[in-house]
Amino acid sequence: MKLFTELYVELDQTNKTNEKVEALKFYFERAKSEDAAWALYFLSGRKPRQIVPSKKLREWAMDLSGVEPWLYEECYHEVGDGAETIALLLPFNSRTDETPLHILVEQKLLPLRAEAENNQHEAVISAWQAMDYSQRLIYNKLIAGSFRVGVSQLLVTRALSQLSGLPTDTIAQRLMGEWQPTAEFYEKLVSSEMDADETPIARPFPFHLAYQVDFPLEDLGDVYDWQAEWKWDGIRAQIIKRENQVFMWSRGEDLITERFPEIAQAAENLPNGTVLDGEILPWLDNQVQSFMVLQRRIGRKNVTTKMLAEIPVILQCYDLLEFSGEDIRAEELNLRRQKLESLLANLDEETSKILRPTETVSADSWEELAKKREQSRSLRVEGFMLKRLNSPYRVGRQRGDWWKWKIDPYTIDAVLIYAQKGTGKRANLFTDYTFAIWKDGELVPFAKAYSGLTDKEIRKVDRFVRDNTNETFGPVRSVTPQLVFELAFEGIQKSTRHKSGVAVRFPRILRWRDDKKIEDADTIEQIYALLEVENI
Amino acid sequence: MKAKSSLIKLNDKGLYCAAGDFYIDPWKPVKRAVVTHAHADHAYRDSQNYLVTKEGEKLYRIRLGFDANLEMMRYGETRSINGVKVSFHPAGHVLGSAQVRVEYKGEIWVISGDYKLAPDPTAAAFEHIQCHNFITEATFALPIYRWQDTRKVAEDINDWWRRNKEQGKASILCAYALGKSQRILALIDSSIGKIFTHGSTQRLNSAYRESGINLPNTTYAKAVEKKSEFQGSLIVAPPSALGSTWVKRFGNYSTAFASGWMIVRGARRRKAVDRGFVLSDHADWEELQTAVRESKAETVFVTHGYIAEFVRWLNENGYNAKPLQAQYVGEEGSEAEESSED
Repeated sequence: MKLFTELYVELDQTNKTNEKVEALKFYFERAKSEDAAWALYFLSGRKPRQIVPSKKLREWAMDLSGVEPWLYEECYHEVGDGAETIALLLPFNSRTDETPLHILVEQKLLPLRAEAENNQHEAVISAWQAMDYSQRLIYNKLIAGSFRVGVSQLLVTRALSQLSGLPTDTIAQRLMGEWQPTAEFYEKLVSSEMDADETPIARPFPFHLAYQVDFPLEDLGDVYDWQAEWKWDGIRAQIIKRENQVFMWSRGEDLITERFPEIAQAAENLPNGTVLDGEILPWLDNQVQSFMVLQRRIGRKNVTTKMLAEIPVILQCYDLLEFSGEDIRAEELNLRRQKLESLLANLDEETSKILRPTETVSADSWEELAKKREQSRSLRVEGFMLKRLNSPYRVGRQRGDWWKWKIDPYTIDAVLIYAQKGTGKRANLFTDYTFAIWKDGELVPFAKAYSGLTDKEIRKVDRFVRDNTNETFGPVRSVTPQLVFELAFEGIQKSTRHKSGVAVRFPRILRWRDDKKIEDADTIEQIYALLEVENI
Repeated sequence: MKAKSSLIKLNDKGLYCAAGDFYIDPWKPVKRAVVTHAHADHAYRDSQNYLVTKEGEKLYRIRLGFDANLEMMRYGETRSINGVKVSFHPAGHVLGSAQVRVEYKGEIWVISGDYKLAPDPTAAAFEHIQCHNFITEATFALPIYRWQDTRKVAEDINDWWRRNKEQGKASILCAYALGKSQRILALIDSSIGKIFTHGSTQRLNSAYRESGINLPNTTYAKAVEKKSEFQGSLIVAPPSALGSTWVKRFGNYSTAFASGWMIVRGARRRKAVDRGFVLSDHADWEELQTAVRESKAETVFVTHGYIAEFVRWLNENGYNAKPLQAQYVGEEGSEAEESSED
C-alpha cells in the first residue's frame, strides 16, 4: 500500500494534469498487476461499499486519542471529512505499512465486513498502529466507503495508453462496463493483443461529451456545416443489441437495462450488432415531462407497473455507433445519421414509439438558429446541441466538434437566511446557504445553494455570518436577512414539501447583488409566473 | 495566597492594567502601550509611548514607525510602571516576541501573547513563568492541530525544492513576511540553490540580520533582469503575492504555502497551491496544554482562536478557565491570520 499511498499523495498535491499523468505512470510502471488492478478500480471511481460503520471508526479513534465526542464534533467541523479527522486525531506513528494493496483489500478489508464487531475493532486498531498518517487516511476512506481520488478517467486512460503504447480509445473501451480488479484483467487491459472476440458483448463505447459554447457562434464557421438538435434534459444512455441480448448503460457506466424495461423491450427488435446513443426521457401525451418527474422513477429500485403507467419513458436517439456489428464511430456524422434514420424507420410501429430519431433543426444563419432556440422553454428542452456534420464520434469530453448551446437559466433575487459550514475544500467556512423570497410579507425558505461565489466573496459572506448570527440550530445558523443574491435554476415545479410551495432544479448562486436591499428580493408571485411558463 | 483577578481587564481599547495605567497590545491609540510582538494585529501605530523588547527593536521600528516613542527593555529586566512591576520573557513566536509578566501587590499575571514551544533558530525559546492568572492564545486549540518535528518539515521543503530544481522549475514558497519566512530561511538547506525574496520579506530579512540572526543570502527578486535566473531557485514571498501578477516573472514554477492551517486538506486545496507545509509559529494542541500546565495559574484566560473549545476542555480537565474576547484580527479566522501578516 506504500506505493499506492505515494500515488495518492502525489495526485493530491498537484493541480497540473501532466504531473498527474506522470505520477500515474510512475505508479503503474512499478506496481504489480494484482495491485495495479485494485488501484485502477479505485481510480476509476469504483469503491467497496462501507465495510465498518463510520460511527464505529469514530468511536475507536476517540477512544485511542482521548478525545471527547463534543471535541471530535468541533474537529470534524473544521476538517469536513470523517476519515481525515480520524487520521489527524490518532496518536502519531512514523511506521509505514508495507502490505501490498491487493492483500490489504482482499484479505484485510473486504473480509472484515462479515466479522463480529470486536474482531473488526481489533483489526482496525492493529491496522492503524502499522500505518503512517497518509496510509491511515486512505485506509479510513476505504473502510468507510468514501474513497475517491482527484483524477479524471481521461488522465488514467492517458497514462495507461502512454505506458502500454495502446490508443487511448482502446484503453477507455476496455475499462468500460463491469470488470473485476484482478491481475488477469489488468494484464489484458494493457496487452497489445487486439482480439476481435475479446470484446464482451455487453461492453459499451466511451461516450462523446460536449462543452458549453463560450464564444460567438460565428466562430464555428458556416451554419450549414453543423447539425442542430434539441438538447434534451434526461438520462444519457447507450443501448446495445448484440447476440440477441440488450444492454443499457448510463453515462456514469451503470448498467440500467432493468430500470427501463419498456426501452429494453423495444430494443429487442433492433438488429443484432447495433449500438445507439440517446437520451431517456419521461414522455406523456407526445410531450416530454420534467426531469424531476423522471427522478421519481430513478429513485426506485423496483419499477412497479403503476410507475410504468404513470411515468412512461422513451429514447430520443441521436447517434449510431455500431451498425451491422461494425464499429462506425470513425464515419462522418451525416453518414451515421442516415444509417440511424433508416434503421429506425424499419422498426415496427410499437417500437418506433419508444425508439425515436431525435429531431434536427435547420437554419440558414446563426441568427435564425438563435431565433429558433427561443422556443426551447415552451418545447421543454435545454437549447441546442451543435454537432459538426463531418465529425467522427469521439471519446470523452472534447472541444471542437460537439457543443452544448444551452438557454440561459431562470434567475431570481433571494435573501440569505441560513448558513452552514461546508465540507471538504470548504470545511471551516460558511458556504452552504439557504435563501428566501417574499410570501405575504414574510421571507420563506426557497432554495439551497452552494456554488457560484469566488473565494474572496465566500470569505466575506463567512465573516458576515459570524458577525450576524441570530440563532444556532446544530450546525445551522440563522442570520439577519440582509444579503441579496441572484440565483439561477433550470426548472421549477410545485411541491408540497417546501414551505414556499415550489421546488427548483439545479439552484446555484449567480452573483452577489450588493446593490440590492432585501425589499428588492423577488416574491412568490414572480415564481408562480415562471411556473406558468413551465406549464406544469 | 488567593489573588484577586482584577489587575488586568479588557476594555474597548485592549487589555488594560488600571493600577499601572497601561495597555497590553491595544488596538486603539493609548498613552502607554506594552507590546508583546511586532505582528500587525498586536502592534498598532499611534500610541504615545511604547514599551517593547530590545531584542525586537528593528522590527518595531518598521512596524510602529521610526518616530514612534519606544522605550526598550531586555528579556528578564524589570521596570516599575506606577508601582506595577513589568517584565518581558521569551514567547518563542518571532524575533523579540515576549510574554508580559505583570506583578502588583503579590498578584502575578502573564500575558503570553502569541507563542510556541517548538524550537526556532530565529526566536528565543519560550520560558515557563509561574503566575496566578495566565492569558493564553488558542489559535490552534483543537486536537487535530499537532505539529511534526520541525526538522522533518525542513527536509520536506528541501526535497520539494530539489525536485523542482531537477525539473527546471522555480519554487515559490509563501509564508508570512515577519517571522515565518525568516524561520524557514534559517531551517532550509541553502546550498540547494539561489534564494530570492519579495520586497516585504527582504526588508524584514535585513531587520533580522541587523538584529544578529544568521540567515542565508537572499536576493530581492525585483532586482533580477533575466527570467532564467529564477530557474531552480527558491522564492520566499508573502501569501498575497500568489494571486498577483508578481509571480508571472518566474516562468515555470511550483507553489507552496507554509502554515499550520495546511494540516487540513480542505484548507490546502482552498489555497490552490501545489504543496502545503505544516509549519506554524503558534503553539499546537499539546504545546498549549503544556504552557497552561506549567504556568501553575489559578485562572486561565483564553483569547484568539478556538476560545470556547479550549475553555471547555480546560474546565473539563481540572483547570479554571474563562474566555477573553479580544479584538485580535485572528479571531476564529484562519484566513484572517494569513492576511494579518502579508
